[in-house]
Formats: sequence, structure tokens, C-alpha cells
Amino acid sequence: MIVAERKPLEQIEGMIEGMQKILVAGCGTCVAVCMAGGEKEVEILAAQLRMRAKLKGIQRTVDEITVTRQCDREYLDQLAKYVGQYDAVVSTACGAGVQFLAERYDDKIVLPALNTLFIGVAEGPGQWSQRCMACEDCILDQTGGICPMTICAKNLLNGPCGGTNHGKCEVGDDRDCAWTLIYRKLEKLGRLDYMRKIQPPKDYSVMTKPGRYSHEAYEEAEKKEDKE
Amino acid sequence: MSDQTAPEPKAEPFEPKVVAFCCTYCAYTAGDLAGSMRLEYAPNVRVVKILCSGKIDAVLLLRAFEDGADAVYVAGCNIGDCHFLEGNLRAIRTVAYTQHLLREIGLEPQRLEFFHIPASAGPLFAQRANEMTERARKLGPNPLRSRRTERAGGKLQRQPDPHPPLPEAKLGRLIRHEERMAESQTP
Ligand code: SF4
Ligand code: SF4
Repeated sequence: MIVAERKPLEQIEGMIEGMQKILVAGCGTCVAVCMAGGEKEVEILAAQLRMRAKLKGIQRTVDEITVTRQCDREYLDQLAKYVGQYDAVVSTACGAGVQFLAERYDDKIVLPALNTLFIGVAEGPGQWSQRCMACEDCILDQTGGICPMTICAKNLLNGPCGGTNHGKCEVGDDRDCAWTLIYRKLEKLGRLDYMRKIQPPKDYSVMTKPGRYSHEAYEEAEKKEDKE
Repeated sequence: MSDQTAPEPKAEPFEPKVVAFCCTYCAYTAGDLAGSMRLEYAPNVRVVKILCSGKIDAVLLLRAFEDGADAVYVAGCNIGDCHFLEGNLRAIRTVAYTQHLLREIGLEPQRLEFFHIPASAGPLFAQRANEMTERARKLGPNPLRSRRTERAGGKLQRQPDPHPPLPEAKLGRLIRHEERMAESQTP
């Protein structure tokens, strides 16, 4: 899931300065789960912006709506009958959602309300951690299900380095040494021989941006249609 | 919160409006007891009964202030006494978070508080009610109160999702400010 955090209210205020009609558009999927931009957070942000305006004696209308996802056109279409009435749309989706919204309504000012952080998991109530950096060539089979690309500060594919310090990383005691974790896990699984395998250098060329992907099933179907 | 459309009395001295969200099992029962004991406490307090203090939500608390409450408090059981085990712990967290939200807006966070009021503590219920009213009096009127009926936006109608990830909630839906304003304006 994409994990994000809300920007400070000051910053959002700055973006909408001088605007009178604002629509806060939420996303009900990833950012709802990480309590940054779902229906409830949209209600909070909209209420804050309304109250802030009233306190400052400014005339401002802030409406709110949350769609299921902002990274699918179908859901963005649901906003069509509203968007026209506003000076700007403040989106509480991840960066991808904000961009897709801005693309769908390309004559509108679309502003981000969140800082998108990473692909991660929920560690506990209100806590998330990064687990994957989308390297496009997953090696978790070799490393006991622990990602050295993400957890290791140096992205080492053949670790550990000399800095491993009783299970902690030399970069900082607050982070675990990924390769100690991997060793312990492989030991537990009886697959320690994987530690001896040398990983070839990572092919970073596949990580060129922006990533694109089309599902084979659709590619095949399209080719067939083209032929016919 | 109750008399939304009543015109503001002009020259009269400031009488704070205080909203108390009380949990059924402790604080509300203590309120009952305070009544049975014929204790006198500030009439400024409007009690809203909620099943558990854990039900309280930042959205609800913010809305109370948006609608002009001068002070708001949530009252729940003592630590360890919650009927639902940890509802009060959640409420404490929610209140602290909402205080942060108020600070962000520029409203005094002291206008919001959490109190433990066990079911047997009638006098404590009265004491807390007086305490919060006094605090509101010191802080002065909520600056949002004078503009509380102004239309400033609300929730837009969403088309029903043909394939909802979860069934739409039918119960426990909050009535929005807009709807309430519309209701109170229709004769
Ligand atoms: S827009 Fe972003 S946050 Fe929302 S569902 Fe899509 S990926 Fe997740
Ligand atoms: S190796 Fe790590 S970064 Fe790469 S895809 Fe797998 S989990 Fe993600």
C-alpha cells in the first residue's frame, strides 16, 4: 500500500490563498488506510480550512467528497459534475492520484494535500514502514522474504558489509541490519546455502522512469484485434 | 448545539455553551447520579450521550467547534474500567489529536478536554461541568460562533459506487451541517 502523510495546514493554506471555492477530494483506498487522505481525513481537513477562513475573516467555501480511488478514470469521472464550480481541487490522494486527477480535469488547478512517503505495511496502529522500492526485479526468493534493496541502507545485494553491528546497521542504531535479518531467516528456513550465492549486479536499467506496464492478456487481445 | 437558529442575545453577558460527550456506562450514569443527588451545576453544559467514549471522533469534535461551542469535553470511565476495555484510551488519544488540530487552526486547544468520571462520582460530574464552564468563561466566546450559521461548504453527494469495496454504512451516519441547516430553515 502507498503510505502518505498530510502536509502541514500552513502549507495547504498557502496553496489556496486568495481562492474562494475549494473542493477537497479524498481517495478511499491506500491513503484511507494510512489515515492520511480517506473520507474522515477529508472531513477533518475541510473543516479545518473552513474554520481557519472564518477565524481570519475570509470568505471561503470548502466542500468535500471522497471517491473510491483516484488512480482509476472511472472513479475520477464521478467528480465531473462538481469540479467546474471550484477555483481549485485539493486532492488527498498519493502523488499518482493527484496527477491523474489533474490530467482528467486539465483546466483546473489541482493541489496536493499529502506528502507521499513509500510502499509499505502497517506495523501497528498508526505505524507504517517501507518494505519495497519497486525495483522491477524482485529477489525476495533469494533473501528469505526480506528485501535488501529497501531494508539495507546501502542496497547491498551481497551482504552483510563490515559495518553490521550486533544486528544493527552502522548507519544508525535505530535500523536493523537487513543482512542479519536475512541470515537469521535463512537459517530458520534451512536455506543458508543461499548466503553463499553471489547476486549479479542489479540491472538498474529496468528501473528507468517513468515505469510502464501493460498486462500480457491485454496485449495479446489487442494484437488479435489489430489482425482481424 | 441545541438552539442553532436562536438569535444571539445582544447586550447580555457572555454565557458559554459547553458540549459534554459522555459515555453511557460511567460519565452519563454519574450525571444521572448528580441529578438524583440534586447537585447543582452549570446549566451551560449540554450533555451528548455516546455509547462509549471510544466512539468520539476528531470530526465530531471539530464540528462542535465549527458550530460554535465555546468548550467541549469528552468524559469516560477511569483507566481500566471501560465497558469496552479500551474505549477511553482511544478517546484520550483522539482528544489529544484534536487539540493538535485546533492548535493548527488557531483555536485554543484548552477549549477541549478529556475527563475520567466514574459512574459513582456524581459530585465529580458536577465539578467537571463547572470547571469547564469556568474555563470557557475565561477564554471568552469561540470566535467561530458569530459566523456559525454562514454557509461555508460541506459534503457533496456521491453517486453510489456500482462496485463498492465495502457496503455503504447505513447506520451511525453523521448528519451534515448543511442538512441540518436546511432542516432548521424549512418551516
Ligand atoms: S490514488 Fe494513490 S492512494 Fe489512492 S488508491 Fe490510487 S495509489 Fe492508492
Ligand atoms: S527486491 Fe525489494 S524492492 Fe525489489 S521488488 Fe522485491 S521487495 Fe521490492
